[in-house]
Amino acid sequence: MSGLQLQALLPIITLSSLILIQMMFIAFARNLRLTVSISVIALLLTALSFFPMVDHLPISATPLIQLDGFALFYSGLVLLGALMVTFLSYDYLRDQGERQDEFFMLLLLSCLGALILVSSNHFASFILGLELLGVSLYTMMSYPTRGLFTLEAALKYLILSGVSSAFILFGAALIYAIEGKLGFTELAGMNHTSAASGQFILLMGSTMIFAGIMFKLSLAPFHLWTPDVYDGAPAPVTAFLATVSKGAIFALALRLFTTTGLIDLDPLLRGLSFVAMVSILAGNLLALLQDNVKRILAYSSIAHMGYLAVAFVVAGKAGGQIMAMEAASYFLFAYFLTTLLAFSVVTIMSIADHEVDTTNLGDYEGLFWRRPALAAVFTATLLSLAGIPLTAGFIGKFYIFSIGVAAEAWLLMAFVVIGSGIGIFYYLRIIFAMTKAPRTDVKIEIPTASGWVAVVLTVSLVLFGVYPSPIIDLIGELMISFG
Amino acid sequence: MLVIALIGVLIAGGLIAWLSEGWNRDWPKWVSLVTIFLAAILIVPMFSLQPLVHQPDHSEWLLIYDYPWIPRFGISFLLGLDGLSLLMVALTVFLGLVALISSWDEIDKRPGFFQFNLLWTLAGVVGVFVALDLFLFFFFWEVMLIPMYLLIAIWGHERRAYASMKFFLFTQISGLLMLVSILALVLFAEALTGKLSFNYFDLVDLPLDESLSWWLMLGFFIAFVVKLPGFPFHTWLPDAHTQAPTAASVLLAGILLKTGAYGLIRFTLPLFPGAANDIAHVAMLLGAIGVVYGAIQAFSQDDFKRLVAYSSVSHMGFVLIGIYALQEITLQGSVMQMVAHGISTAALFMIAGALQHRLHTRDMNKMGGLWMDMPRMGAIALFFIVASLGMPGLGNFVGEFLVLMGAFQVDLHIAVFAALGLITAAVYSLIAMQKVFQGTPTQGRSLADFNSREVSTMLLMMIGLTLLGIHPQPVFDMVEPTLRGVFTLTSPAGTWLGVSP
Repeated sequence: MSGLQLQALLPIITLSSLILIQMMFIAFARNLRLTVSISVIALLLTALSFFPMVDHLPISATPLIQLDGFALFYSGLVLLGALMVTFLSYDYLRDQGERQDEFFMLLLLSCLGALILVSSNHFASFILGLELLGVSLYTMMSYPTRGLFTLEAALKYLILSGVSSAFILFGAALIYAIEGKLGFTELAGMNHTSAASGQFILLMGSTMIFAGIMFKLSLAPFHLWTPDVYDGAPAPVTAFLATVSKGAIFALALRLFTTTGLIDLDPLLRGLSFVAMVSILAGNLLALLQDNVKRILAYSSIAHMGYLAVAFVVAGKAGGQIMAMEAASYFLFAYFLTTLLAFSVVTIMSIADHEVDTTNLGDYEGLFWRRPALAAVFTATLLSLAGIPLTAGFIGKFYIFSIGVAAEAWLLMAFVVIGSGIGIFYYLRIIFAMTKAPRTDVKIEIPTASGWVAVVLTVSLVLFGVYPSPIIDLIGELMISFG
Repeated sequence: MLVIALIGVLIAGGLIAWLSEGWNRDWPKWVSLVTIFLAAILIVPMFSLQPLVHQPDHSEWLLIYDYPWIPRFGISFLLGLDGLSLLMVALTVFLGLVALISSWDEIDKRPGFFQFNLLWTLAGVVGVFVALDLFLFFFFWEVMLIPMYLLIAIWGHERRAYASMKFFLFTQISGLLMLVSILALVLFAEALTGKLSFNYFDLVDLPLDESLSWWLMLGFFIAFVVKLPGFPFHTWLPDAHTQAPTAASVLLAGILLKTGAYGLIRFTLPLFPGAANDIAHVAMLLGAIGVVYGAIQAFSQDDFKRLVAYSSVSHMGFVLIGIYALQEITLQGSVMQMVAHGISTAALFMIAGALQHRLHTRDMNKMGGLWMDMPRMGAIALFFIVASLGMPGLGNFVGEFLVLMGAFQVDLHIAVFAALGLITAAVYSLIAMQKVFQGTPTQGRSLADFNSREVSTMLLMMIGLTLLGIHPQPVFDMVEPTLRGVFTLTSPAGTWLGVSP
């Protein structure tokens, strides 16, 4: 193993060792502030450890890990998400009793899994990352002892997620049975090489993997767990699930499907197209029926994953791959900012409540008059979700439109337009609720850390909505070194 | 920098107005007033600008700014000002002032945020009128919606939730269709020219495939006709207008509707001249139906604001006919109608708002005899009602007359049908006048007449309409280069004579 390859493993090594250090501290010098500080330092150091190799991309460190611009970008997103969630969780858990330290260790572990996922180039590292991410996440969900809903959410996610992991494993086994390989790069173009009988098994295998991934991304028709889990899980954990977990799995899926050439399988592509349409429609329509902010956000995320799936479909068309990856990356970046911001508002609203999170639409009535700044932030978030200009979400939506039109996927575009139209309805419902007369005059305290998270994210949301060029250029440069 | 400064002033003014609420609840409206005056001051020097003759590509423009914005997509911050834009921008700022005055004492809830939304609506609309990059145009097109939505949703009347939602949905969905069209146009243009660009000048009159051009045109057409509003896409308008607070009604009727007509003239016609000719007949028919249908609907309303709203549908129908008759005099007539209708309808909504503020109802059956209580308001209302029904000597007459005269040469049946609108306009307008201001006054009612602030605003608008009516030539001259450009693209065989009635 050369020095360069070792360097490529540096982020993983850094984060792992800091997790160990944190564990020692928790064991011997239990102090919440200290634990959280170590978490923050760990995340920052991990981010720093990526810098030395920027000029040497792409690097293959062992057959398992492939570090390229693509991986780098998504690692950045994962770290950003984890950092924000750390701050939110600190405010959320601070007054909830003494045993909160381990939560932050789980968060780092989960983040480690996500980092492995985004750079994994092999089924082994895929499963490793997936399980590391998932198992820590179940525990995080049930960690805060706020009523039984968290347990319900965790259990639901545990069982269904376990089943989907099994699907993925079995799919990988089927592919291995035909090809005898597990590395993504080695599998490139596999559907052209094997005989007709093998083709069918390959298709079965990839469909199963695809189903498992769709479950994790909460794409319809595998979305049924989403609202319950979003609603039941503590707000910061939901934020983590919605951003880091889904983002990492999406990155992996995009790499898996493009490198191995699975994307060229016509039935799979048609299936994806169908899934995108159903997700857009189901997510948006079901969100109309909700009176619970977290559930609305859950259904809206189903729809957003549907928009994102458009990128998949376009990537499968000739010449569309680079553009699709670029579009997906920006869309996901905007989705990260927006979703994190949305859940930081929910977190801030929920901190005072020790039983369940504050998620009823009624609780948000009059927010414009009780806490104008918080309401303005939430309005910006919802407009970003709706894809209205001045926000990053608009540029993301614009990217999706531009690749869809470029690929001449008119039917898909029609669904995106209809979906966006329906979407406005429920986003505006929340905004309208906030403009009503307030029900109570109870003051909403804004804790420092979460407050800053909201400020930073709002500024980025507007900045990259008005002046997106820095991110677009960055993505453009990083995507060159894909593969 | 004038145009950028103008938008900047409105944006900054909005923020300051919002912040100033924290110190004193009376400050925001003063901040707003100062902002609008500053904006007006910035507009004055624009009238003395000369065309950029030394720039051969833009020789008809008064100002062009071009800064890179998102180079990845060939998107630039491209603003341009020509006679048409200038006229519309000036109208925007003027009606902004009217909107502010009309809501001077009306807003007691969150005045700072109200002024913020008011000024940002103006900023968005000014942006729409000067943006020449298609992406930037779409950007402003959407940006102007949000503050308007909030104005209706927060300060509106009893059914505001429904009305504001409907307004937003209609404009947003049609806007998305336009976005798809813009993107498709840009990408097909890239295939033709090898250059990815959202620049208006790169996209005008490309040799696109005919059926393709037709579909792309349709995306733009629908977005603009929804905003105009043209029949059958007008249904959002009566609700939005009726429920909106006075200031928002003034802005909606006065300028937001004009963005639709402006878009048709600026984008739909020059970008797709061939397809525009194909749809011309249908568009004129829609316009004529709008004229008559709007008038009939207006006639059957009891709600004064709703009546004015339907009369807008009727009057904007003339604009649609004028644009798609594709004659020089009809184009000129449409622009004149846009300006005159903007002013007269803004005034009528201001009167409607004043009535509601005093009587707490919009139902005309509960009014009557108000002239006795408020003679000043009655006289002013009579002036604007007569203006809106197309009395010769006032701006609206010039617009409608030119449109009908030109349309007569293009399609006799449509012109005759649309001319019915003039008669019905007289009927519903005069009935409204009679129901509200004439008849027996209710005893023991004491109502405040228009005060000097309101009277002076009204006076300004009356002078404006009269000037447009008796000496419209300056407006014709101002927009002539723009319309000539559109005309030469859409009717290559026609000759441009220049209108001088």
